[in-house]
Amino acid sequence: MSDIIHQTAAQLSQALASKAVSAVEVAQAFIDRAEAVEARVKAFNSRDAEWTLAQAKASDERRAAGGAAGPLDGVPVALKDILAVKDQPLTCSSRMLENFVSPYDAHVTELLKAQGAVLWGRLNMDEFAMGSSTENSAFHTSSNPWNLDCVPGGSSGGSAACVAALEAPLSIGSDTGGSIRQPAAFCGVVGLKPTYGLVSRYGLAAFASSLDQIGPFARTVEDAALLLQAIAGHDRRDSTSYKTKLPDYRAALTEKEGPWTIGVPKECFAEGLDPEIKAAVEDAIAFYEKDGHTVKEVSLPMTEYAIPTYYILATAEASSNLARYDGIRYTHRSKNAKDAVDLYFKSRAEGFGPEVKRRIILGTYVLSSGYYDAYYLRAQKIRTLIREEFMQVFESVDTILTPTTPTPSFKRGEKADPLAMYLNDIYTINVNLAGLPGISVPCGFTSGKLPIGLQLIGKPFAEDELLAVAHRYEQAHEWKDAVAEL
Amino acid sequence: MPSEKIDIEYVARLARIDLTDEEKRTFTSQLEDILAYVDKLNQVDVSGVEPMAHAFSLENVLDDDEPGQPLPVEQALRNAPAQRDNQIVVPKVVEDA
Repeated sequence: MSDIIHQTAAQLSQALASKAVSAVEVAQAFIDRAEAVEARVKAFNSRDAEWTLAQAKASDERRAAGGAAGPLDGVPVALKDILAVKDQPLTCSSRMLENFVSPYDAHVTELLKAQGAVLWGRLNMDEFAMGSSTENSAFHTSSNPWNLDCVPGGSSGGSAACVAALEAPLSIGSDTGGSIRQPAAFCGVVGLKPTYGLVSRYGLAAFASSLDQIGPFARTVEDAALLLQAIAGHDRRDSTSYKTKLPDYRAALTEKEGPWTIGVPKECFAEGLDPEIKAAVEDAIAFYEKDGHTVKEVSLPMTEYAIPTYYILATAEASSNLARYDGIRYTHRSKNAKDAVDLYFKSRAEGFGPEVKRRIILGTYVLSSGYYDAYYLRAQKIRTLIREEFMQVFESVDTILTPTTPTPSFKRGEKADPLAMYLNDIYTINVNLAGLPGISVPCGFTSGKLPIGLQLIGKPFAEDELLAVAHRYEQAHEWKDAVAEL
Repeated sequence: MPSEKIDIEYVARLARIDLTDEEKRTFTSQLEDILAYVDKLNQVDVSGVEPMAHAFSLENVLDDDEPGQPLPVEQALRNAPAQRDNQIVVPKVVEDA
């Protein structure tokens, strides 16, 4: 099969099934592509081509013996460097875990292996998933394939960039405040944050446990549905894992036809929205209206409190989760400590980068005696109000539509102020606070040829319908066919 | 919400992180900006609102008490920076008599 890297995962799946191509040929094509473009894109932290080819060979043997393990058998999937893969590095792009090798598989990893997916490389990210540009990686900054001077977004910047650069047909990221949807928008690919609890977090290095969710990156909505199908489902090792019968997400793309009522929050078109993004999103709204759906203005007035609420809750949880990095059990240990307690202080000082330290300090402060009620408890109450507001809006609409980001991708080093960087997540963050599913789908380009993302937000565990709404838009537009020139 | 200055030394001690003088200066000013921004949460009336730790209610997970396969010791210890006799080596924590 010619031009393997341009095929979608669904096309590759079909080609593998019909034996038009072998898994080894597919894996080799993406390995070669990464060889050719990685020096510019820098999406990966590490690649183990030999191991990847061995998995591909096993896939071919399985198929020759008469049985593929699932539609992803033989399809390469690259993972964000925050998910455990047994005997592979797991760094979280941090000096703290620079030499860490995972002793076990994450639930997601187990599922992908069991279904024959060919695991391919560990992807760069903001350190411990804290950031919106991948500039906080302790190793290197990844580039946006559409403009190499620009950031791919974050924290799953490597996961988005590798799919946009055709270095993998599929990848996995994690989303705590927008870390799948924002880089997907910046890199012109599809990124889905599932409902909290749909995908087990077992084996995901924790940042903010009540917000973190693992999800797929793909070039099309259909591919995202395929990958979601592979990783969703109950796991008893994650106490927040949801027990439910999974729908057929791929079948839902065509079976669910609407008409839908789509809510557009008026707060999302206020000050600060880039005019080209506004125009592109308004075109998307016009498309849905013309396609026979009802578009309705709704109001989410609590949106303005989402970012401060998020930064209190996320940093509080991070300060607690990252207390485990003590210089005792994980790879980095300071050589300059004078006693056991000093070992904690120095190992953490040397191992963590500035953004991680900043968030641990903020989280420690808001949880400290005398401030807990004023910050943490208040933020938890506001979280209740944010969720209630969403649930009320969902009484009269099926899906909510917003821009994914207020601006397109920006140049590296452009946003030095942490607060300015935090504002980048304004449209995505309240979705995590409410635990809802959200997807970013490409919806155009700026005059500077930077991708624009459209965000659709669904009811809890209604990914089947959410994917169908996104698919409808995607199929009527040609954005999915655009490929970054590298 | 409290508006006093952050005692960065105290918070860094609680967080078990040594900060350089420059980090202390930078973080203090950045965190004060962030906290001033966060202050807008005071505008929201939260009286009678239940706090929410998770988006969905959690239930206890009950399992049968059956022995499983634990991580082998050498696997559990493979990332420890120093180890001896299947244990992690740490600096001495007991003072000499």
